[in-house]
Amino acid sequence: MSANGKPKFAMYWAASCGGCEIAVLNTGEKILDVDANFDVVFWPVAMDAKYKDVEAMPDKSILLTLFNGGIRNQENEAMAHLLRRKSQILVAFGSCACEGCIPGLANLSTTEQIFDAVYDSITTDNPQNYRPQYQTKVPEGDIHIPKFYPVLRTLDQVIDVDYYMPGCPPESHQIAEVIDLVIQVIHGQASLPPAGSVIGAGNSTVCDECPRQRNVKTIKGFQRIQDIAELDPDLCLLEQGIPCNGPATRSGCGALCPQAGAQCIGCYGPAEGVVDYGARLMSAFASVIDSNDPAEIEQILDQLPDPAGQFYRFNLAGSLLRAAKPVWKQ
Amino acid sequence: MTEHTNPEGKERIGVYVCHCGTNIAGMVDVEDVATWAARELADRGVVIARDYKFMCSSLGQELIEQDIKEEGLTRVVVAACSPHLHEATFRKACANAGLNPYLCELVSIREQVSWVHTDKVAATEKSKAVLSGGVERVIHHEPLEPLHVPIHPATLVVGGGIAGIQAAIEVADAGYPVYLVEREPSIGGHMSQFDKTFPTLDCSACILTPKMVTAGTHPHIKLFSYSEVTNVDGYVGNFTVTIRKKARHVNEELCTGCGICQEKCPKKVIDDVYEAGLGYRKAVYTPFPQAVPKFPVIDVPNCIYFQKGTCKACEKFCPTNAIDFQQEDEYVTVQVGNIILATGFDLFDPRVVSQYGYGRLANVFTSLEFERLTNAAGPTNGEIVLRDGVTKPTSVGILHCVGSRDRNYNNYCSVICCMQSLKFAHLVHERTGATVYNFYIDMRTAYKEYDEFYQRVLEEGTLFVRGKVAEVTDAARLPQEEGKLIIQVEDTLASVQRRIPVDMVVLSAAMVPRHDAHEVAQLFGISCSSNGWFIEKHPKLDPVATMTEGIFIAGCVQGPKDIPSSVAQGAAASARVLGRIQQGEIALEPVRATVDESKCSGCRICNNLCPYNAILFHEDRMVTEINPALCQGCGTCVAACPAGAISGTCFSNEQIFAQIEGLMRVNFQHEKLAEMA
Repeated sequence: MSANGKPKFAMYWAASCGGCEIAVLNTGEKILDVDANFDVVFWPVAMDAKYKDVEAMPDKSILLTLFNGGIRNQENEAMAHLLRRKSQILVAFGSCACEGCIPGLANLSTTEQIFDAVYDSITTDNPQNYRPQYQTKVPEGDIHIPKFYPVLRTLDQVIDVDYYMPGCPPESHQIAEVIDLVIQVIHGQASLPPAGSVIGAGNSTVCDECPRQRNVKTIKGFQRIQDIAELDPDLCLLEQGIPCNGPATRSGCGALCPQAGAQCIGCYGPAEGVVDYGARLMSAFASVIDSNDPAEIEQILDQLPDPAGQFYRFNLAGSLLRAAKPVWKQ
Repeated sequence: MTEHTNPEGKERIGVYVCHCGTNIAGMVDVEDVATWAARELADRGVVIARDYKFMCSSLGQELIEQDIKEEGLTRVVVAACSPHLHEATFRKACANAGLNPYLCELVSIREQVSWVHTDKVAATEKSKAVLSGGVERVIHHEPLEPLHVPIHPATLVVGGGIAGIQAAIEVADAGYPVYLVEREPSIGGHMSQFDKTFPTLDCSACILTPKMVTAGTHPHIKLFSYSEVTNVDGYVGNFTVTIRKKARHVNEELCTGCGICQEKCPKKVIDDVYEAGLGYRKAVYTPFPQAVPKFPVIDVPNCIYFQKGTCKACEKFCPTNAIDFQQEDEYVTVQVGNIILATGFDLFDPRVVSQYGYGRLANVFTSLEFERLTNAAGPTNGEIVLRDGVTKPTSVGILHCVGSRDRNYNNYCSVICCMQSLKFAHLVHERTGATVYNFYIDMRTAYKEYDEFYQRVLEEGTLFVRGKVAEVTDAARLPQEEGKLIIQVEDTLASVQRRIPVDMVVLSAAMVPRHDAHEVAQLFGISCSSNGWFIEKHPKLDPVATMTEGIFIAGCVQGPKDIPSSVAQGAAASARVLGRIQQGEIALEPVRATVDESKCSGCRICNNLCPYNAILFHEDRMVTEINPALCQGCGTCVAACPAGAISGTCFSNEQIFAQIEGLMRVNFQHEKLAEMA
């Protein structure tokens, strides 16, 4: 408890884009409830604070920490351990922390390939060919930057996580509900879900929330949505040959993308109990391809130009394989 | 490696490693595997590990039963042959000792280890790994109870050839109702087209017709001729079958089978089915005089009235007003508990073997055409004559293996052709005195009195040339070849090329699966081999059952066979069915897929995948359900479900991942050895 009697709240970002913070702010006046019920002690994007301030806090003194972002480097990992020590409830907040998300796709590339892409590509102006150096000598002595790890890990591959809140980012109405729940728990009006649960999401898949009409599925080919002249506004996208990830993706978003005529890309991650999101989805797509001719099947599969992006856009770091073989071999 | 947890922390696991004589012990050090398991897997709950010469023997089973009782085992792992073979045996042993049979896991170290490896050290290491996987897996097994479903006493027999007739009579004689469905206007099948049957030369009609009459008049057999099954729903014990009775345009209630309509009908049609194109029938017809049932059918595309609107000769002359031009197809739904498929075969069309000239050279005949020629009731009254209908041949060449044992067409042996060709040779001798040549690759005369028949035909003077005929041609090179068919063949015994001029050539064409075999298999939810023959549950030990409970097969639908084998299979299938009916109910394996409805979003990915039609979709609740009695636990839907809402009993994620981790637990010593070397 703080001096003002309110429980402490923290939010931190590791390897992420910042969209999760925006989603929290996007809850509107609900954010005032956070301020009314919590003492916000650490939230780099919203207020000034130093790591040493956190280190100085007693262990378990923060009631709730929302941790977003994957573990890309030494600093991310140190902060994960630090916040774990200081927090009672730590939530893997958003797709990056839960399953690696877009930064996790870098697990297909070696460190060298990543640095080449960043520091030496056609869009880069780097005449001196600067590269990050872990250690640099300056007149004052040696200085260090955080080590860049070869593999991006999800938060629970590094520390124990109490709850998971999926989404890229989590929908604001779901965040608001979770905030409400925690406030009720503080006031003794509700109890916490079992540890390890997914919160702020549904138990089924996106199809459950999608109003599009569904039939028995048979797919004769895949098409990119921009190549279709006229989309049937009422029919299941997958049945129209658009590789929609809805069938494998956890519900909770309200099926916003399919309703707007864009395929689900899977940001809410795997459904309950699914070990490998991409494998499930591949197996599902493969099951409904309407052909027994190997050559035709090959040709249909070739219509998915980026399988890793299609099936593992959000889940690569959290999948069974986690990273490509050359990455592991580093 | 993550630390494993034995969920209850208290399973007591018994491990049994089978030598299978030298089948396993010849390639796997089974004693080492057992002692290793006792030592290294003790922390996983293994309290006892034994090896034994034949685990499946009664002594082997007693060993397990005794340990369950004395050691208080709660799980059993048997490392032996494939679960296909002896899973039931060891489950029963567990049940005998009071342990739920589904707490037993079979690990295959024969089919998947000893039979496929050549390095004993590696094979032993692999056995340990798969055993370790089995131990991890069995910890997650749950006690299960079989599903009991009642068996409807009626049986559907599809196909009224000799196999189907036999099956129908056997079941009906036991006092149970049978629905016998035949596509053609009469039952009898191919056998009704033959004159003589090998090797005894019984008259085919003489032995078949009484059976046809029995089937047609049996109080417990309801015959649906000129009918086809259009739909099958349900599952073992409780099938609902829809039968389409094609419109005969003859009222069966009124018709007496007098045959006047056939006499009076002015339209003659070439009979491509029964007479194999050699004879004629009328537009209103029964395929042959002894047809069962005796009622004719009107062949609509050939009937003058149906095509031109006038004629009605049959109607005018019918003494009982049985002709009904208004009649329409009728759909009948019946309930049955079991189904026997005896839909037979088609004859290979030798036109595709163009070098043999069938369809181009008049005096090249198929085996079925020749059967009709020799039949006393056939188009020539049993006279063996050339296509002109009068000339008797002075020399005949009979070609074996046309379309069979030939990688261009069918690899398999068509079984009956050798004996059939010998029968043809005998009949030619007997009726024409012509010189007969048989061209064979190998002479296959297995089974009772078959080879004796071969000896007899040899003694009769038939000439045998061992070699596959290259060509049948009418292009004469020599004066004596003029006007003849010349058979060009390599005589492989004499190592010479021969050109043999003959008057007539008979092609012993292969038996091939029915043209619609795949559709029929799909309709009944069973599988076809790549050739198109229906697949039996076990080629040796369960030849008339299929992988789908309640569906049995008999006769040539399963593969080429002769009449005795077809009859035996018909009887065998009926015995299986009668056993089922007598039990009153059947216990089904509880290995089933189930849908967690709270997780199912109704995406319908799985809806079309089930090979057993066990999946149904509830439009109202937008969820999918699996019928547990239909489900065979194959796992197709489990793999396809993108939401992980479908789980398969005995194949849960926990079980499979535990098994994988168990496999990884073993350090492959031979790999290290290889690295050191």
